[in-house]
Amino acid sequence: MEHKIWNPTMECMPRDQLRALQNERLRDVVRRVYENVPFYRNKMQKMGVTPTDIHGVEDIEKLPFTEKQDLRDHYPFGLFAVPQSEIIRIHASSGTTGKPTVVGYTSGDIDRWSELMARAMYSADIGKNDIVQVAYGYGLFTGGLGAHYGAERVGASVIPISGGNTTRQLMILQDFGTTAICCTPSYALNLAEAMQAEGITNTKLKSGVFGAEPWTEAMRQKIESMLHIDAINIYGLSEVMGPGVAVECMCKKGMHIWEDHFLPEVIGGDGQSLPYGEQGDLTFTTLTKHGMPLLRYRTHDLCTLTDEPCECGRTHVRMGRVMGRTDDMLIIRGVNVFPSQIEHALLQVEGIVPQYQIVVDRQGTLDTMEVQVELAPEFMSDTVRGMEALEQKIVNSIAAHALVHASVKLCQPGSLPRSEGKAKRVIDRRTL
Amino acid sequence: MFVKQISVFIENTPGRLADFTKVLADHQIDLVSLSIADTTNFGILRGIVADYEEAVRVLSENGYTVKLTDVLAVCVPDHPGGLHSILTRLAEKNIALEYLYSFVRNTGDSALIIIRVDRPEEAANVLKSAGVKLLSQKEIQAL
Repeated sequence: MEHKIWNPTMECMPRDQLRALQNERLRDVVRRVYENVPFYRNKMQKMGVTPTDIHGVEDIEKLPFTEKQDLRDHYPFGLFAVPQSEIIRIHASSGTTGKPTVVGYTSGDIDRWSELMARAMYSADIGKNDIVQVAYGYGLFTGGLGAHYGAERVGASVIPISGGNTTRQLMILQDFGTTAICCTPSYALNLAEAMQAEGITNTKLKSGVFGAEPWTEAMRQKIESMLHIDAINIYGLSEVMGPGVAVECMCKKGMHIWEDHFLPEVIGGDGQSLPYGEQGDLTFTTLTKHGMPLLRYRTHDLCTLTDEPCECGRTHVRMGRVMGRTDDMLIIRGVNVFPSQIEHALLQVEGIVPQYQIVVDRQGTLDTMEVQVELAPEFMSDTVRGMEALEQKIVNSIAAHALVHASVKLCQPGSLPRSEGKAKRVIDRRTL
Repeated sequence: MFVKQISVFIENTPGRLADFTKVLADHQIDLVSLSIADTTNFGILRGIVADYEEAVRVLSENGYTVKLTDVLAVCVPDHPGGLHSILTRLAEKNIALEYLYSFVRNTGDSALIIIRVDRPEEAANVLKSAGVKLLSQKEIQAL
Protein backbone atom coordinates (compact mmCIF):
# COMPACT_ATOMS: atom_id res chain seq x y z
CA MET A 1 0.00 0.00 0.00
CA GLU A 2 1.28 3.45 -0.86
CA HIS A 3 1.05 5.81 2.10
CA LYS A 4 0.49 9.48 1.37
CA ILE A 5 2.58 11.59 3.74
CA TRP A 6 2.15 15.37 3.61
CA ASN A 7 5.26 16.37 5.56
CA PRO A 8 7.68 13.41 5.60
CA THR A 9 10.42 15.40 7.36
CA MET A 10 8.25 15.96 10.40
CA GLU A 11 5.91 12.98 10.25
CA CYS A 12 8.71 10.42 9.82
CA MET A 13 11.34 12.13 11.98
CA PRO A 14 13.48 9.61 13.89
CA ARG A 15 12.27 9.44 17.47
CA ASP A 16 15.50 10.72 19.03
CA GLN A 17 15.36 13.83 16.86
CA LEU A 18 11.66 14.21 17.62
CA ARG A 19 12.46 14.05 21.34
CA ALA A 20 15.11 16.74 20.98
CA LEU A 21 12.60 18.94 19.18
CA GLN A 22 10.03 18.34 21.92
CA ASN A 23 12.57 19.23 24.61
CA GLU A 24 13.34 22.50 22.92
CA ARG A 25 9.68 23.33 22.31
CA LEU A 26 8.65 22.34 25.84
CA ARG A 27 11.24 24.73 27.33
CA ASP A 28 9.88 27.44 25.05
CA VAL A 29 6.21 26.98 25.92
CA VAL A 30 6.92 26.76 29.66
CA ARG A 31 8.81 30.04 29.46
CA ARG A 32 5.99 31.67 27.47
CA VAL A 33 3.19 30.66 29.86
CA TYR A 34 5.31 31.54 32.92
CA GLU A 35 5.95 35.01 31.57
CA ASN A 36 2.53 35.72 30.10
CA VAL A 37 -0.16 33.76 31.94
CA PRO A 38 -0.61 34.67 35.64
CA PHE A 39 -2.55 31.42 36.22
CA TYR A 40 0.47 29.30 35.26
CA ARG A 41 3.03 31.55 36.93
CA ASN A 42 1.10 31.36 40.23
CA LYS A 43 0.65 27.61 39.95
CA MET A 44 4.32 27.02 39.22
CA GLN A 45 5.45 29.37 41.97
CA LYS A 46 3.25 27.51 44.45
CA MET A 47 4.87 24.25 43.32
CA GLY A 48 8.32 25.83 43.55
CA VAL A 49 9.05 25.36 39.84
CA THR A 50 10.60 27.88 37.47
CA PRO A 51 11.15 27.55 33.72
CA THR A 52 14.85 26.85 34.32
CA ASP A 53 13.88 23.62 36.15
CA ILE A 54 12.37 22.25 32.94
CA HIS A 55 15.12 20.87 30.73
CA GLY A 56 12.99 18.59 28.63
CA VAL A 57 10.27 15.98 28.47
CA GLU A 58 11.78 14.08 31.42
CA ASP A 59 10.72 16.99 33.66
CA ILE A 60 7.10 17.00 32.52
CA GLU A 61 5.80 15.71 35.85
CA LYS A 62 7.14 18.81 37.59
CA LEU A 63 4.55 20.87 35.72
CA PRO A 64 0.97 21.50 36.88
CA PHE A 65 -2.10 19.91 35.30
CA THR A 66 -4.78 22.03 33.65
CA GLU A 67 -8.47 21.15 33.97
CA LYS A 68 -11.49 22.35 31.99
CA GLN A 69 -12.59 24.09 35.19
CA ASP A 70 -9.46 26.26 35.00
CA LEU A 71 -10.61 27.52 31.59
CA ARG A 72 -14.02 28.19 33.10
CA ASP A 73 -12.48 30.07 36.03
CA HIS A 74 -10.58 32.34 33.64
CA TYR A 75 -13.46 32.86 31.22
CA PRO A 76 -13.29 34.19 28.61
CA PHE A 77 -9.71 35.25 27.80
CA GLY A 78 -7.83 34.78 31.08
CA LEU A 79 -5.53 32.01 29.83
CA PHE A 80 -4.51 33.75 26.61
CA ALA A 81 -0.74 34.16 26.46
CA VAL A 82 -0.68 37.00 23.93
CA PRO A 83 -2.40 40.40 23.75
CA GLN A 84 -5.81 40.42 22.08
CA SER A 85 -4.27 42.25 19.10
CA GLU A 86 -2.36 39.04 18.28
CA ILE A 87 -5.52 36.86 18.35
CA ILE A 88 -7.14 36.38 14.96
CA ARG A 89 -9.72 33.67 15.75
CA ILE A 90 -11.84 32.66 18.71
CA HIS A 91 -13.60 29.31 19.06
CA ALA A 92 -15.64 27.93 21.94
CA SER A 93 -16.98 24.60 23.08
CA SER A 94 -19.24 23.37 25.84
CA GLY A 95 -18.21 24.34 29.32
CA THR A 96 -19.34 22.35 32.30
CA THR A 97 -21.92 24.99 33.23
CA GLY A 98 -23.55 27.91 31.49
CA LYS A 99 -20.42 29.50 30.07
CA PRO A 100 -18.51 27.96 27.15
CA THR A 101 -14.82 27.09 27.09
CA VAL A 102 -13.05 29.68 24.96
CA VAL A 103 -9.88 29.30 22.90
CA GLY A 104 -7.92 31.92 20.94
CA TYR A 105 -5.58 31.47 17.99
CA THR A 106 -2.80 33.62 16.61
CA SER A 107 -2.24 33.65 12.86
CA GLY A 108 0.67 31.26 13.48
CA ASP A 109 -1.68 28.93 15.37
CA ILE A 110 -4.13 28.88 12.46
CA ASP A 111 -1.24 28.18 10.11
CA ARG A 112 -0.03 25.24 12.24
CA TRP A 113 -3.57 23.91 12.65
CA SER A 114 -4.02 24.04 8.87
CA GLU A 115 -0.73 22.13 8.46
CA LEU A 116 -1.82 19.41 10.90
CA MET A 117 -5.25 19.10 9.28
CA ALA A 118 -3.47 18.92 5.90
CA ARG A 119 -1.49 15.96 7.25
CA ALA A 120 -4.82 14.37 8.23
CA MET A 121 -6.44 15.00 4.85
CA TYR A 122 -3.44 13.76 2.91
CA SER A 123 -3.23 10.68 5.12
CA ALA A 124 -6.83 9.95 4.10
CA ASP A 125 -5.71 10.22 0.44
CA ILE A 126 -7.25 13.65 -0.06
CA GLY A 127 -5.31 16.01 -2.31
CA LYS A 128 -5.69 18.70 -4.92
CA ASN A 129 -7.73 16.48 -7.23
CA ASP A 130 -10.39 15.93 -4.60
CA ILE A 131 -13.69 17.58 -3.83
CA VAL A 132 -14.24 17.66 -0.09
CA GLN A 133 -17.66 18.10 1.47
CA VAL A 134 -17.23 19.45 4.98
CA ALA A 135 -20.40 18.41 6.82
CA TYR A 136 -19.14 19.28 10.28
CA GLY A 137 -20.85 22.29 11.78
CA TYR A 138 -19.22 25.65 11.00
CA GLY A 139 -19.16 28.21 13.75
CA LEU A 140 -17.83 28.33 17.28
CA PHE A 141 -17.36 24.55 17.04
CA THR A 142 -13.88 23.82 15.65
CA GLY A 143 -14.95 20.89 13.43
CA GLY A 144 -16.11 22.78 10.33
CA LEU A 145 -13.37 25.38 10.02
CA GLY A 146 -10.66 22.94 11.11
CA ALA A 147 -11.49 20.50 8.32
CA HIS A 148 -11.98 23.40 5.93
CA TYR A 149 -8.51 24.87 6.38
CA GLY A 150 -6.85 21.46 6.15
CA ALA A 151 -8.66 20.57 2.94
CA GLU A 152 -7.76 23.95 1.44
CA ARG A 153 -4.12 23.48 2.47
CA VAL A 154 -3.82 20.27 0.44
CA GLY A 155 -5.41 22.09 -2.47
CA ALA A 156 -8.73 20.25 -2.55
CA SER A 157 -11.95 21.94 -3.67
CA VAL A 158 -13.81 22.53 -0.43
CA ILE A 159 -17.60 22.54 -0.12
CA PRO A 160 -18.37 24.26 3.20
CA ILE A 161 -21.88 22.84 3.43
CA SER A 162 -21.82 22.53 7.25
CA GLY A 163 -23.94 20.03 9.16
CA GLY A 164 -27.49 18.78 8.76
CA ASN A 165 -30.06 18.82 5.93
CA THR A 166 -29.45 15.33 4.57
CA THR A 167 -31.46 15.85 1.37
CA ARG A 168 -29.29 18.81 0.42
CA GLN A 169 -26.10 16.96 1.39
CA LEU A 170 -27.00 14.11 -0.97
CA MET A 171 -27.91 16.41 -3.84
CA ILE A 172 -24.59 18.27 -3.61
CA LEU A 173 -22.67 15.04 -3.09
CA GLN A 174 -24.02 13.68 -6.38
CA ASP A 175 -24.11 16.89 -8.42
CA PHE A 176 -20.65 18.18 -7.44
CA GLY A 177 -19.00 14.76 -7.57
CA THR A 178 -17.79 14.86 -3.96
CA THR A 179 -14.86 12.48 -3.45
CA ALA A 180 -14.33 12.91 0.30
CA ILE A 181 -16.55 13.80 3.21
CA CYS A 182 -15.87 15.05 6.74
CA CYS A 183 -18.51 14.59 9.44
CA THR A 184 -19.29 12.58 12.56
CA PRO A 185 -19.30 8.80 11.99
CA SER A 186 -22.95 8.57 13.06
CA TYR A 187 -23.88 11.19 10.48
CA ALA A 188 -21.89 9.27 7.85
CA LEU A 189 -24.01 6.22 8.64
CA ASN A 190 -27.11 8.36 8.44
CA LEU A 191 -26.07 9.57 4.98
CA ALA A 192 -25.25 6.02 3.91
CA GLU A 193 -28.68 4.79 4.96
CA ALA A 194 -30.40 7.73 3.26
CA MET A 195 -28.47 6.93 0.07
CA GLN A 196 -29.51 3.31 0.28
CA ALA A 197 -33.14 4.34 0.76
CA GLU A 198 -32.96 6.64 -2.28
CA GLY A 199 -31.13 4.06 -4.37
CA ILE A 200 -28.08 6.31 -4.82
CA THR A 201 -25.10 4.15 -5.82
CA ASN A 202 -23.12 6.11 -8.39
CA THR A 203 -21.14 8.48 -6.18
CA LYS A 204 -17.46 9.34 -6.52
CA LEU A 205 -16.80 9.08 -2.78
CA LYS A 206 -13.53 7.40 -1.83
CA SER A 207 -12.57 8.78 1.60
CA GLY A 208 -14.16 9.97 4.79
CA VAL A 209 -12.56 11.69 7.76
CA PHE A 210 -14.76 11.04 10.76
CA GLY A 211 -14.50 12.18 14.36
CA ALA A 212 -15.90 14.31 17.20
CA GLU A 213 -17.55 11.30 18.83
CA PRO A 214 -16.58 7.77 19.85
CA TRP A 215 -17.16 4.97 17.37
CA THR A 216 -16.21 1.36 16.86
CA GLU A 217 -14.52 -0.93 14.34
CA ALA A 218 -17.95 -2.39 13.57
CA MET A 219 -19.21 1.08 12.64
CA ARG A 220 -16.14 1.60 10.46
CA GLN A 221 -16.80 -1.62 8.58
CA LYS A 222 -20.43 -0.72 8.11
CA ILE A 223 -19.60 2.78 6.81
CA GLU A 224 -16.85 1.47 4.53
CA SER A 225 -19.00 -1.29 3.03
CA MET A 226 -22.06 0.89 2.57
CA LEU A 227 -20.24 3.88 1.09
CA HIS A 228 -17.31 2.02 -0.54
CA ILE A 229 -14.76 4.35 1.04
CA ASP A 230 -11.83 4.37 3.43
CA ALA A 231 -13.17 5.65 6.76
CA ILE A 232 -10.43 7.42 8.72
CA ASN A 233 -10.66 8.23 12.41
CA ILE A 234 -9.62 11.70 13.53
CA TYR A 235 -9.25 13.09 17.03
CA GLY A 236 -9.09 16.52 18.54
CA LEU A 237 -10.58 18.92 21.02
CA SER A 238 -10.89 22.66 20.86
CA GLU A 239 -8.97 23.30 24.08
CA VAL A 240 -5.88 21.66 22.58
CA MET A 241 -6.44 22.94 19.02
CA GLY A 242 -9.48 21.36 17.39
CA PRO A 243 -9.67 18.38 15.03
CA GLY A 244 -6.32 17.09 13.82
CA VAL A 245 -4.50 16.58 17.13
CA ALA A 246 -4.28 12.95 16.00
CA VAL A 247 -5.36 11.06 12.89
CA GLU A 248 -5.16 7.56 11.47
CA CYS A 249 -3.05 6.52 8.55
CA MET A 250 -4.31 4.00 6.00
CA CYS A 251 -3.14 1.19 8.31
CA LYS A 252 -6.17 2.11 10.47
CA LYS A 253 -4.46 0.86 13.59
CA GLY A 254 -4.64 3.83 15.91
CA MET A 255 -4.29 7.58 15.43
CA HIS A 256 -0.86 9.22 15.14
CA ILE A 257 -0.58 12.10 17.60
CA TRP A 258 1.45 14.93 16.06
CA GLU A 259 4.18 14.91 18.65
CA ASP A 260 6.11 17.79 17.13
CA HIS A 261 3.20 19.97 18.30
CA PHE A 262 1.66 18.09 21.24
CA LEU A 263 3.25 16.17 24.09
CA PRO A 264 0.83 13.39 25.07
CA GLU A 265 0.73 11.59 28.40
CA VAL A 266 -1.61 9.01 29.84
CA ILE A 267 -2.37 9.74 33.49
CA GLY A 268 -3.46 7.12 35.99
CA GLY A 269 -5.93 7.50 38.83
CA ASP A 270 -3.20 8.63 41.23
CA GLY A 271 -1.98 11.41 38.91
CA GLN A 272 1.09 9.48 37.75
CA SER A 273 2.18 9.52 34.12
CA LEU A 274 1.70 5.92 32.91
CA PRO A 275 3.96 3.98 30.52
CA TYR A 276 2.85 3.21 26.94
CA GLY A 277 0.24 0.48 26.78
CA GLU A 278 -1.56 1.37 30.00
CA GLN A 279 -5.00 2.93 29.92
CA GLY A 280 -5.60 6.29 31.54
CA ASP A 281 -6.64 9.90 31.08
CA LEU A 282 -5.18 11.31 27.87
CA THR A 283 -3.36 14.56 28.66
CA PHE A 284 -1.72 17.07 26.32
CA THR A 285 0.86 19.79 26.60
CA THR A 286 0.68 22.07 23.58
CA LEU A 287 4.22 22.69 22.36
CA THR A 288 3.69 25.26 19.62
CA LYS A 289 0.45 27.09 20.39
CA HIS A 290 0.90 30.79 21.10
CA GLY A 291 -2.65 32.11 21.59
CA MET A 292 -3.61 29.79 24.40
CA PRO A 293 -0.90 27.26 25.25
CA LEU A 294 -1.87 24.64 27.84
CA LEU A 295 0.29 22.55 30.14
CA ARG A 296 -0.81 18.97 30.79
CA TYR A 297 -4.45 19.50 29.84
CA ARG A 298 -6.59 16.62 31.09
CA THR A 299 -8.95 15.58 28.29
CA HIS A 300 -10.70 12.98 30.47
CA ASP A 301 -10.74 10.69 27.42
CA LEU A 302 -9.68 7.17 28.41
CA CYS A 303 -7.23 5.54 26.03
CA THR A 304 -3.82 3.92 25.58
CA LEU A 305 -0.72 5.01 23.63
CA THR A 306 1.77 2.92 21.70
CA ASP A 307 5.16 3.82 20.27
CA GLU A 308 5.47 0.63 18.24
CA PRO A 309 6.66 1.44 14.72
CA CYS A 310 3.84 1.84 12.19
CA GLU A 311 3.93 0.33 8.72
CA CYS A 312 3.12 3.69 7.17
CA GLY A 313 6.55 5.04 8.10
CA ARG A 314 5.35 7.73 10.49
CA THR A 315 7.21 7.73 13.79
CA HIS A 316 4.67 9.57 15.94
CA VAL A 317 2.97 7.60 18.75
CA ARG A 318 -0.49 6.26 18.15
CA MET A 319 -3.50 6.51 20.46
CA GLY A 320 -6.11 3.76 20.52
CA ARG A 321 -9.82 4.42 20.26
CA VAL A 322 -11.25 6.44 23.11
CA MET A 323 -12.72 3.82 25.45
CA GLY A 324 -14.74 6.13 27.65
CA ARG A 325 -14.60 9.14 29.88
CA THR A 326 -13.19 9.70 33.33
CA ASP A 327 -15.92 12.27 33.97
CA ASP A 328 -19.65 12.42 33.19
CA MET A 329 -19.40 14.14 29.80
CA LEU A 330 -21.77 12.86 27.09
CA ILE A 331 -21.26 13.27 23.37
CA ILE A 332 -24.56 13.89 21.57
CA ARG A 333 -24.31 14.06 17.77
CA GLY A 334 -20.72 15.29 18.14
CA VAL A 335 -21.56 17.92 20.76
CA ASN A 336 -20.02 17.58 24.21
CA VAL A 337 -22.68 17.80 26.90
CA PHE A 338 -22.23 17.77 30.65
CA PRO A 339 -25.17 16.89 32.92
CA SER A 340 -24.25 20.01 34.90
CA GLN A 341 -25.13 22.11 31.83
CA ILE A 342 -28.58 20.56 31.69
CA GLU A 343 -28.96 21.26 35.38
CA HIS A 344 -27.95 24.85 34.79
CA ALA A 345 -30.48 25.16 31.95
CA LEU A 346 -33.27 23.84 34.20
CA LEU A 347 -32.22 26.22 36.94
CA GLN A 348 -32.61 29.13 34.51
CA VAL A 349 -36.21 28.16 33.74
CA GLU A 350 -37.49 27.11 37.13
CA GLY A 351 -35.31 28.99 39.60
CA ILE A 352 -34.54 25.71 41.34
CA VAL A 353 -33.23 22.41 40.02
CA PRO A 354 -36.09 19.92 39.80
CA GLN A 355 -35.64 16.17 39.81
CA TYR A 356 -34.57 15.26 36.31
CA GLN A 357 -33.13 12.45 34.28
CA ILE A 358 -31.26 12.48 30.98
CA VAL A 359 -32.04 9.55 28.69
CA VAL A 360 -29.65 9.17 25.77
CA ASP A 361 -30.44 6.76 22.99
CA ARG A 362 -29.60 6.16 19.35
CA GLN A 363 -32.55 5.97 16.99
CA GLY A 364 -31.35 4.54 13.73
CA THR A 365 -27.95 6.17 13.43
CA LEU A 366 -28.51 9.43 15.27
CA ASP A 367 -28.25 10.19 18.97
CA THR A 368 -31.31 11.39 20.81
CA MET A 369 -31.44 13.03 24.19
CA GLU A 370 -34.60 13.26 26.26
CA VAL A 371 -34.64 15.27 29.45
CA GLN A 372 -37.34 14.06 31.80
CA VAL A 373 -38.33 16.68 34.34
CA GLU A 374 -40.60 16.24 37.32
CA LEU A 375 -43.24 18.95 37.26
CA ALA A 376 -43.23 21.34 40.22
CA PRO A 377 -46.69 22.55 41.40
CA GLU A 378 -45.93 26.21 40.67
CA PHE A 379 -45.40 25.38 36.98
CA MET A 380 -48.62 23.41 36.59
CA SER A 381 -51.05 24.90 34.13
CA ASP A 382 -54.64 23.86 33.54
CA THR A 383 -54.18 24.27 29.78
CA VAL A 384 -52.26 22.12 27.30
CA ARG A 385 -50.96 25.33 25.79
CA GLY A 386 -49.47 26.36 29.13
CA MET A 387 -47.78 23.02 29.64
CA GLU A 388 -46.40 22.93 26.12
CA ALA A 389 -45.05 26.46 26.59
CA LEU A 390 -43.18 25.23 29.67
CA GLU A 391 -41.73 22.29 27.72
CA GLN A 392 -40.64 24.62 24.93
CA LYS A 393 -39.05 27.00 27.43
CA ILE A 394 -36.97 24.14 28.81
CA VAL A 395 -36.01 22.96 25.29
CA ASN A 396 -34.88 26.51 24.45
CA SER A 397 -32.91 26.87 27.66
CA ILE A 398 -31.07 23.58 27.03
CA ALA A 399 -30.31 24.65 23.46
CA ALA A 400 -28.94 27.96 24.73
CA HIS A 401 -26.85 26.57 27.58
CA ALA A 402 -25.77 23.15 26.30
CA LEU A 403 -25.83 23.90 22.53
CA VAL A 404 -27.77 20.72 21.85
CA HIS A 405 -31.36 19.90 20.98
CA ALA A 406 -33.07 17.77 23.58
CA SER A 407 -36.68 16.71 23.76
CA VAL A 408 -38.31 17.43 27.10
CA LYS A 409 -40.80 15.20 28.86
CA LEU A 410 -42.65 16.45 31.92
CA CYS A 411 -43.24 13.77 34.56
CA GLN A 412 -45.29 13.38 37.70
CA PRO A 413 -43.44 14.28 40.89
CA GLY A 414 -41.84 11.23 42.46
CA SER A 415 -42.02 9.22 39.23
CA LEU A 416 -38.31 9.31 38.32
CA PRO A 417 -36.35 6.43 39.87
CA ARG A 418 -34.19 7.45 42.81
CA SER A 419 -31.34 5.83 44.57
CA GLU A 420 -30.56 7.18 48.03
CA GLY A 421 -33.00 10.02 47.47
CA LYS A 422 -31.27 11.35 44.35
CA ALA A 423 -32.50 10.56 40.87
CA LYS A 424 -30.07 8.67 38.65
CA ARG A 425 -29.10 11.49 36.34
CA VAL A 426 -28.05 9.81 33.12
CA ILE A 427 -29.28 6.70 31.35
CA ASP A 428 -27.28 6.00 28.21
CA ARG A 429 -28.94 3.28 26.14
CA ARG A 430 -26.66 3.64 23.12
CA THR A 431 -24.79 0.69 21.83
CA LEU A 432 -22.30 1.75 19.18
CA MET B 1 -69.52 33.89 41.02
CA PHE B 2 -66.70 31.46 40.22
CA VAL B 3 -66.25 27.81 40.91
CA LYS B 4 -62.89 26.27 41.78
CA GLN B 5 -61.69 23.61 39.39
CA ILE B 6 -58.86 21.25 40.23
CA SER B 7 -56.37 20.46 37.43
CA VAL B 8 -54.13 17.45 37.91
CA PHE B 9 -51.07 16.47 35.86
CA ILE B 10 -51.21 12.83 34.86
CA GLU B 11 -48.58 11.04 32.78
CA ASN B 12 -49.94 9.39 29.65
CA THR B 13 -48.89 5.82 30.45
CA PRO B 14 -51.12 2.82 31.17
CA GLY B 15 -52.46 2.68 34.73
CA ARG B 16 -51.77 6.29 35.72
CA LEU B 17 -55.42 7.30 35.64
CA ALA B 18 -56.41 4.27 37.69
CA ASP B 19 -53.77 5.23 40.28
CA PHE B 20 -55.43 8.61 40.48
CA THR B 21 -59.00 7.35 40.80
CA LYS B 22 -57.84 4.96 43.54
CA VAL B 23 -56.71 7.95 45.62
CA LEU B 24 -60.13 9.54 45.11
CA ALA B 25 -61.92 6.33 46.05
CA ASP B 26 -59.78 5.74 49.13
CA HIS B 27 -60.60 9.22 50.40
CA GLN B 28 -64.26 9.27 49.37
CA ILE B 29 -63.77 12.22 47.03
CA ASP B 30 -66.61 12.66 44.57
CA LEU B 31 -65.87 14.08 41.12
CA VAL B 32 -69.05 15.85 40.07
CA SER B 33 -67.63 16.84 36.72
CA LEU B 34 -64.62 15.72 34.72
CA SER B 35 -62.69 16.32 31.53
CA ILE B 36 -59.24 15.28 30.34
CA ALA B 37 -57.06 17.09 27.81
CA ASP B 38 -54.48 14.69 26.48
CA THR B 39 -51.19 15.01 24.62
CA THR B 40 -48.73 12.29 23.62
CA ASN B 41 -46.86 12.44 26.90
CA PHE B 42 -49.32 13.68 29.48
CA GLY B 43 -52.91 14.54 30.28
CA ILE B 44 -54.41 17.36 32.28
CA LEU B 45 -57.36 16.08 34.26
CA ARG B 46 -59.80 18.82 35.14
CA GLY B 47 -62.64 18.32 37.53
CA ILE B 48 -65.06 19.84 39.98
CA VAL B 49 -65.30 18.35 43.45
CA ALA B 50 -67.51 19.25 46.39
CA ASP B 51 -64.62 20.05 48.74
CA TYR B 52 -61.72 21.28 46.67
CA GLU B 53 -59.50 22.15 49.64
CA GLU B 54 -59.68 18.58 50.90
CA ALA B 55 -59.07 17.28 47.37
CA VAL B 56 -55.95 19.44 46.93
CA ARG B 57 -54.63 18.33 50.31
CA VAL B 58 -55.17 14.62 49.64
CA LEU B 59 -53.82 14.72 46.09
CA SER B 60 -50.74 16.75 47.05
CA GLU B 61 -50.01 14.33 49.88
CA ASN B 62 -50.14 11.54 47.33
CA GLY B 63 -47.58 13.27 45.12
CA TYR B 64 -49.83 14.84 42.51
CA THR B 65 -49.27 18.24 41.00
CA VAL B 66 -52.57 20.08 41.44
CA LYS B 67 -53.63 23.55 40.42
CA LEU B 68 -56.82 25.45 41.27
CA THR B 69 -58.45 27.53 38.56
CA ASP B 70 -61.50 29.81 38.62
CA VAL B 71 -64.07 28.64 36.09
CA LEU B 72 -67.69 29.51 35.36
CA ALA B 73 -70.45 26.99 36.04
CA VAL B 74 -73.09 28.10 33.61
CA CYS B 75 -76.73 26.98 33.48
CA VAL B 76 -77.52 26.43 29.84
CA PRO B 77 -81.09 26.07 28.51
CA ASP B 78 -81.36 22.36 27.71
CA HIS B 79 -82.62 22.70 24.14
CA PRO B 80 -81.05 23.17 20.68
CA GLY B 81 -79.37 26.55 20.43
CA GLY B 82 -79.03 26.84 24.21
CA LEU B 83 -75.22 26.68 24.26
CA HIS B 84 -75.03 28.83 21.15
CA SER B 85 -76.88 31.69 22.82
CA ILE B 86 -74.33 31.75 25.62
CA LEU B 87 -71.21 31.43 23.51
CA THR B 88 -72.47 34.22 21.26
CA ARG B 89 -72.47 36.57 24.25
CA LEU B 90 -68.84 35.80 24.96
CA ALA B 91 -67.81 36.00 21.32
CA GLU B 92 -69.39 39.44 20.98
CA LYS B 93 -67.06 40.68 23.69
CA ASN B 94 -64.10 38.89 22.16
CA ILE B 95 -63.64 36.75 25.25
CA ALA B 96 -61.53 33.70 24.43
CA LEU B 97 -62.63 30.24 25.52
CA GLU B 98 -59.79 28.11 26.78
CA TYR B 99 -61.98 25.02 27.09
CA LEU B 100 -65.39 23.88 28.22
CA TYR B 101 -66.98 20.64 29.28
CA SER B 102 -70.38 19.56 30.47
CA PHE B 103 -71.46 18.60 33.90
CA VAL B 104 -72.37 15.05 34.80
CA ARG B 105 -75.40 16.23 36.81
CA ASN B 106 -77.95 18.82 35.80
CA THR B 107 -80.39 21.14 37.53
CA GLY B 108 -84.03 20.86 36.46
CA ASP B 109 -84.42 21.86 32.83
CA SER B 110 -80.91 23.31 32.49
CA ALA B 111 -77.71 21.60 31.49
CA LEU B 112 -74.56 22.68 33.33
CA ILE B 113 -71.44 23.67 31.42
CA ILE B 114 -68.04 24.48 32.88
CA ILE B 115 -66.34 27.24 30.94
CA ARG B 116 -62.77 28.46 31.26
CA VAL B 117 -62.15 31.85 29.62
CA ASP B 118 -59.26 34.27 29.45
CA ARG B 119 -61.18 37.07 31.25
CA PRO B 120 -63.41 35.42 33.89
CA GLU B 121 -64.69 38.60 35.61
CA GLU B 122 -65.83 40.17 32.38
CA ALA B 123 -67.34 36.92 31.13
CA ALA B 124 -69.32 36.50 34.34
CA ASN B 125 -70.70 40.04 34.09
CA VAL B 126 -71.58 39.62 30.41
CA LEU B 127 -73.48 36.41 31.09
CA LYS B 128 -75.22 37.67 34.20
CA SER B 129 -76.44 40.82 32.48
CA ALA B 130 -77.82 38.59 29.72
CA GLY B 131 -79.83 36.73 32.34
CA VAL B 132 -77.73 33.59 32.31
CA LYS B 133 -77.54 31.80 35.65
CA LEU B 134 -74.08 31.00 37.07
CA LEU B 135 -73.75 28.53 39.91
CA SER B 136 -71.74 29.42 43.00
CA GLN B 137 -69.33 27.16 44.83
CA LYS B 138 -72.03 26.56 47.50
CA GLU B 139 -74.60 25.54 44.92
CA ILE B 140 -72.09 23.16 43.39
CA GLN B 141 -71.47 21.59 46.76
CA ALA B 142 -75.21 21.08 47.19
CA LEU B 143 -75.58 19.20 43.91
